[in-house]
Amino acid sequence: MRETKKSARILLHAVLILGAVVMLIPFAWMILTAFKSATEATQIDPFVILPKQWLTDAFMSVSAKMNFAKLYLNTLLLILGRVVCAVVTASLAGYALGRLEFKGKNLCFALVMFQMMVPVQIFIIPQYLMVSKMGLLNTTFSLVFSGIVTAFGTFLLRQSYMALPKDLEEAAGLDGCNIPQTFFYIMAPLTRSGMVALGIFTALFGYKDLMWPLVSNPDQGAMPLSAALAKLQGQFAANYPELMAASLLACVPMVVLYMIFQKQFIEGIATSGGKL
Amino acid sequence: MSGKKQGKKELFWGWVFFAPTLAGLLILNIIPIFQTIYKSFFQTGAFGRGDRFVGFANYAKMFSDSQVWQSLLNTFVYAIIEVPISIIISLVLAALLNRKMKGRSVYRTIYFLPMVAAPAAVAMVWRWLYNSEFGLLNHMLKSIGLGSVNWISDPNIALISVAIVGIWSVIGYNMVLFLAGLQEIPGDYYEAADIDGAGPVRQFLSITIPLISPTMFFVTTTRVIAAMQVFDVIYMMIDRSNPAIPRTQSLVYLFYKYSFIESNQGYGSAIVVLLLLIIMVLTVIQNKMQKKWVNYN
Repeated sequence: MRETKKSARILLHAVLILGAVVMLIPFAWMILTAFKSATEATQIDPFVILPKQWLTDAFMSVSAKMNFAKLYLNTLLLILGRVVCAVVTASLAGYALGRLEFKGKNLCFALVMFQMMVPVQIFIIPQYLMVSKMGLLNTTFSLVFSGIVTAFGTFLLRQSYMALPKDLEEAAGLDGCNIPQTFFYIMAPLTRSGMVALGIFTALFGYKDLMWPLVSNPDQGAMPLSAALAKLQGQFAANYPELMAASLLACVPMVVLYMIFQKQFIEGIATSGGKL
Repeated sequence: MSGKKQGKKELFWGWVFFAPTLAGLLILNIIPIFQTIYKSFFQTGAFGRGDRFVGFANYAKMFSDSQVWQSLLNTFVYAIIEVPISIIISLVLAALLNRKMKGRSVYRTIYFLPMVAAPAAVAMVWRWLYNSEFGLLNHMLKSIGLGSVNWISDPNIALISVAIVGIWSVIGYNMVLFLAGLQEIPGDYYEAADIDGAGPVRQFLSITIPLISPTMFFVTTTRVIAAMQVFDVIYMMIDRSNPAIPRTQSLVYLFYKYSFIESNQGYGSAIVVLLLLIIMVLTVIQNKMQKKWVNYN
């Protein structure tokens, strides 16, 4: 009995480690290639796994071609703008839908649900034409624009508000709080985990968004990381160490954030993703 | 506080609080849906000429356009490969990790890692792994005595290669959702099954699967809808000069190509309206089927 338990445990770890290796190989190959020379990366006889010398040439030449400081800044502005807008508007709307009774509420909720069912690509041409007419393509505004409000976030925070105990408002009312005060001082702080989940979700998907930035911010200096990487590939002949160095530089900030806030990331995704 | 007065206050503040979201949803989403549908009845004018009303001409063209049918087929094939395989792998991984064990959080962190990488970077590194001359995958095949594969330029294989990247990217995400679902299953069920002498496979099939079915329904629905919108990996991995492009381009890829590369927004709009209809139909079918196999208790 004991023996079988032990061998079962070894088998379990063998399967899990094999899976982990498969997940990590692309990242490892990205790192190894980024530190090779172009000849070393495309050498097949013998095939080179580890770089003989860890060269930083690819990083140098790729940062001469791409202004990474600007790309990080644009990406950061996209993320900050969308996170702040999403958390503020969705908290207000989520409170209204989750805790207040008003005529037309069901219609508002139906609108939110309807938006979530529709593929996002259907919004893109009109959104592009709007921003273009305003003359605001290639700005931080255009990066944030498509994510100013969020039906998904509204739904998520409505769930958070509904989960709060029933008599909170009554107690607040007895203390002389009006509705905005009750929301701001008492209810909103209690949905902190919902807000964090929405923030992480918005930040991650903003960072990964590709089609909208390609359309709204096509100028070199105005792009976020995702679009700049996509353009890089077409611009230069395939120099793999450079492409991998650029990919690595684009991935590192989010991976580092993920490593630091692992628990919040995974819990945030589990709660937000699971409640759609 | 009188109920009537309170009701009036809630009416007022309810609308005030919902107003920003309402305005945003109308301007960014609801009106654009109608604008896109409207645009699909027009031929986009080139060189500053205005749009010309053409009735159903874009739709007629679409239904006789073999490229659109092929891309629809590509999209379905992609979804049929990516969704079931990624769900099975992530469910098994979640079941394996759903216990007290050494390294649990390390495994979880690693499996989720692809989710935090930029899709453009993911596509580029896979493209490099798939490289037919210098790629790591073909090197590995050669070293065990197999021939090399044209992963992304062979029209018969390229879509599978794209789907592999899709599976690799999404496993961790699904797994986290499944883990959350599994943690809601009371431990007593498994204890009781242990006492009855049911083995781990039996327990997985007769406890885990039925009790996780609401999460499975949710993950399947969202994955199918996301897979129908596949774009990033194809856009990044398959160049327009690649011979495999007709057999890999998805509906959304065609939408992007017509709307923003070839500036034919009328036709692009018709394509995305088709996508909307397909997703609506799929959602209805899935909700009907839900009653058959999802176990809510």
